[in-house]
Amino acid sequence: MTRRPPPPPRALHPGAWWLWALGLATAASRTTNPWLLLLVLAVAGHVVTSRRSDAPWARSFVVFLKLGLVVIAIRVVAQTLFGTATPGTVLVDLPEVALPSWAAGVRLGGPITDTALAAALVDGLRLATMLACIGAANALANPKRLLATVPAALYEVGVAVVVSLSFAPSMVASVQRIRAARRLRGRPDRGLRSIVTVAMPVLEDALERSLALAAAMDSRGYGRRATVPLRTRRLTTTLTLLGLGGTLVGLYGLLDGTGPAALGLPMLLLGLMVAAASLRVAGAGVTRTRYRPDPWAGPEWLTAAAGVSAGLGTIVTSVSAPGTLDPAPWPLLAVPLPAAATVGILLALLPAWLTPPPALVTAARRQPRRDPRWLVRRAGEPTATSASHSPEVAA
Amino acid sequence: MIELDGVGVTYHGSLHPALSGVDLRVEEGELCLVVGRTGSGKSTLLRTINGLVPHFTGGTLHGRVVVDGRDTANHPPRELADVVGVVGQDPRAGFVTDVVEEELAYGMESLGLAPEVMRRRVEETLDLLGLADLRARPLDTLSGGERQRVAIGSVLTTHPRVLVLDEPTSALDPPAAEEVLATLHRLVHDLGITVVLAEHRLERVVPFADRIVHLPGGGAAIEVGSPAEVMATSPIAPPIVELGRLAGWSPLPLTIRDARRRAAGLRRDLAELPPPTRAVLPVTDAAPVVHTARLAVSYGRTVALRGVDVSIAAGEVVAVMGRNGAGKSTLLRAWTGLLAPDHGVVTVAGHDPARLSPAELVRLVALVPQEPADLLYAETVAAECDAADHDAGLAAGSCAALLEGLVPDLDHDRHPRDLSEGQRLALVLAIQLVSDPPVVLLDEPTRGLDYTAKRRLVTLLRRLAAEGRAVVLATHDVELVAAVATRTVVLADGEVVVDGPTSEVVVGSPAFAPQIAKVVAPLPWLTVDEVSASLEVAS
Repeated sequence: MTRRPPPPPRALHPGAWWLWALGLATAASRTTNPWLLLLVLAVAGHVVTSRRSDAPWARSFVVFLKLGLVVIAIRVVAQTLFGTATPGTVLVDLPEVALPSWAAGVRLGGPITDTALAAALVDGLRLATMLACIGAANALANPKRLLATVPAALYEVGVAVVVSLSFAPSMVASVQRIRAARRLRGRPDRGLRSIVTVAMPVLEDALERSLALAAAMDSRGYGRRATVPLRTRRLTTTLTLLGLGGTLVGLYGLLDGTGPAALGLPMLLLGLMVAAASLRVAGAGVTRTRYRPDPWAGPEWLTAAAGVSAGLGTIVTSVSAPGTLDPAPWPLLAVPLPAAATVGILLALLPAWLTPPPALVTAARRQPRRDPRWLVRRAGEPTATSASHSPEVAA
Repeated sequence: MIELDGVGVTYHGSLHPALSGVDLRVEEGELCLVVGRTGSGKSTLLRTINGLVPHFTGGTLHGRVVVDGRDTANHPPRELADVVGVVGQDPRAGFVTDVVEEELAYGMESLGLAPEVMRRRVEETLDLLGLADLRARPLDTLSGGERQRVAIGSVLTTHPRVLVLDEPTSALDPPAAEEVLATLHRLVHDLGITVVLAEHRLERVVPFADRIVHLPGGGAAIEVGSPAEVMATSPIAPPIVELGRLAGWSPLPLTIRDARRRAAGLRRDLAELPPPTRAVLPVTDAAPVVHTARLAVSYGRTVALRGVDVSIAAGEVVAVMGRNGAGKSTLLRAWTGLLAPDHGVVTVAGHDPARLSPAELVRLVALVPQEPADLLYAETVAAECDAADHDAGLAAGSCAALLEGLVPDLDHDRHPRDLSEGQRLALVLAIQLVSDPPVVLLDEPTRGLDYTAKRRLVTLLRRLAAEGRAVVLATHDVELVAAVATRTVVLADGEVVVDGPTSEVVVGSPAFAPQIAKVVAPLPWLTVDEVSASLEVAS
């Protein structure tokens, strides 16, 4: 038996990573079981470290983890200061501030019990885990490629976002340039006033740039489209609104877990179908095509399925063993580990091995330096220029 | 291919037409060069070809513009995208995506071409323009020449019959400009694409042109003809043509090769004359005005300058040359204290510029940045001058008087943004010079300047040096360097490669030698003025 060679490096379809991450986030949102949450974190972390590229956005995972820590801290502090009294062993007894009668029900200070603290920790952990899942998607999927996959009908929105994304850095550059210019004119280049007076030239600059860009886009065929009858446009709008509404309700039902079951997955699917239909109708009026769209092949299916399995695992558990998803978090060792949810989440690890590795950008970017050409006389160059005082350096 | 019949353009709110009575036919496969002074309507003419004027800019278009059988009156630019490709002055401003390959595909996506066709054309274009190695590169990491070639490639993929370029080489260093022009030459000769381009740097493009359209501006009729015909009478001409006129050669030489073959006699005459006297390096014991030792500057992980030692004495005019990104602007910024060096010493008139307050700084250094408009905020020229007097703590009217000396008869009620490039440069110089600083730095001062404005700049720079100021130019313009610089410093990869008298540095370099030096080499004459002065003395 021969081993198959590893698949050639390529970037996975960004949609696949987002489905995967949303599946994990769904799992996290439906449970307060600390073991399951930690498992989700570990799975997301492992897949990110093994499948992220070296692009700038790939470093965003750590940012989301830090944000998660902040969330946990806020949650714990809020619980200790304002939380209602819960039975359990008192760890610290803070002095309670007597509040006036109109603030009845709000508690400030007072005893902090171990269960209250544990509940706050777990709740914070749940939010942090969901944030980490979003962070994982951000780190793994190229945000611009994701925008490029939007359906033809939403294309113009996509372009607007891409253009504004590339505008931000150039805006920063022009602020720096103009502030430097202020210094050259002998005016203070620090302080609030300098920022205010810089605003006008920066805006003028941005306006000029957008005009130049608009002219260039117009000359390159932006906005060529087939004529769309009014009825079709109305149909599109109605379908889009219905579809978006359905999707929102479905998502809410899926993530909440306490609502009626029909509000969850079925509503989500229905909403998505209507939205897809609306985009299809709208897309008929657009004549543009896509250059090298990201393929959706085996690895994409696998990644999406892995994410869905994590979500499904918790849904199955919520039916078969509902108590295990929201157990008493303390003591930790007594917290059960439900089988279906665990297996589902562990399946989400598969993309770390079974997808092609990401293509690295640095390899493409690291170019050999151009030789100092003007100092090296090329063959065929008129000998007229070879004077005695040649400043040639050894190349 | 392109027909203009009695074309005139008047923009809204403007009393004078930007263009009037233009009749022009450009045949297929022609490289047509549009020349003219700033403000003569070159850009307007180019923009009528794909309908940006009047569909995008507004204004009124008289007459008819027909491109490949399509009248621009009823075809907006987007409907002409498959016939005319337009590359603007700053390619960066026209990029829609952020990676080379996707930028090449963008136009085709808009036209709705089939994916297989797009794939094939992108590969073809990558090869045609030598961009294959750059395909995955983010656009903002490209060099100037690469960026210009990507911009050309991005409009070529739709297979236009006409390519329109507005000043494609103005912002480029000499090798990058060569790269772009070679590409255009190939497109015209191998693919039969019709190219219309406007350019101020005539010395670069005239040899490539099949026909020249001269816009005299001010409502006068346009001149169209072969390069030799138009250049014979054109008030704006590259040095080589001026040399030809001086020597009375007919037909006029347009390439270095032609001129060199004609110049045998001239070289013989010159060889017997004493070489031109250029201002020599002042050998003084006095401390230099600008002193730099072991200067190193880096932006993040990119090293911009390393171990740079350059000192400049009063009365010198020093040219700093080198390719885009070699560290020229960084060096100027270090001298104005806009950035703090990692290592090394920078002093300007005995002070560390980074420690000076802005008010103290203006008394020591004047810097004209690449975008002179950055220094302007006021609504009118007069207000701008008043602000400068106020900032410098001088009597009202000082700056206006100085400006009057630089550009007489400038209407001081105009908005600074409405001035021509040359006038704006003069305004910024006046503002910067009003506090009488001993050091004057100019970053790329000739971008967008026509020959007349350039000549005025040369006179001005000489005057500044004669007044005892140290003048530094960071520039790609070899003709300007040949005309004024006493010393030339060449930077490459943040290091000083050559530092010596201009005549010695530029004569030896294929990229930096001015046209006259190439014609009379190995003799040390660099400009037409020097040649004519020598000949006059002799006769």
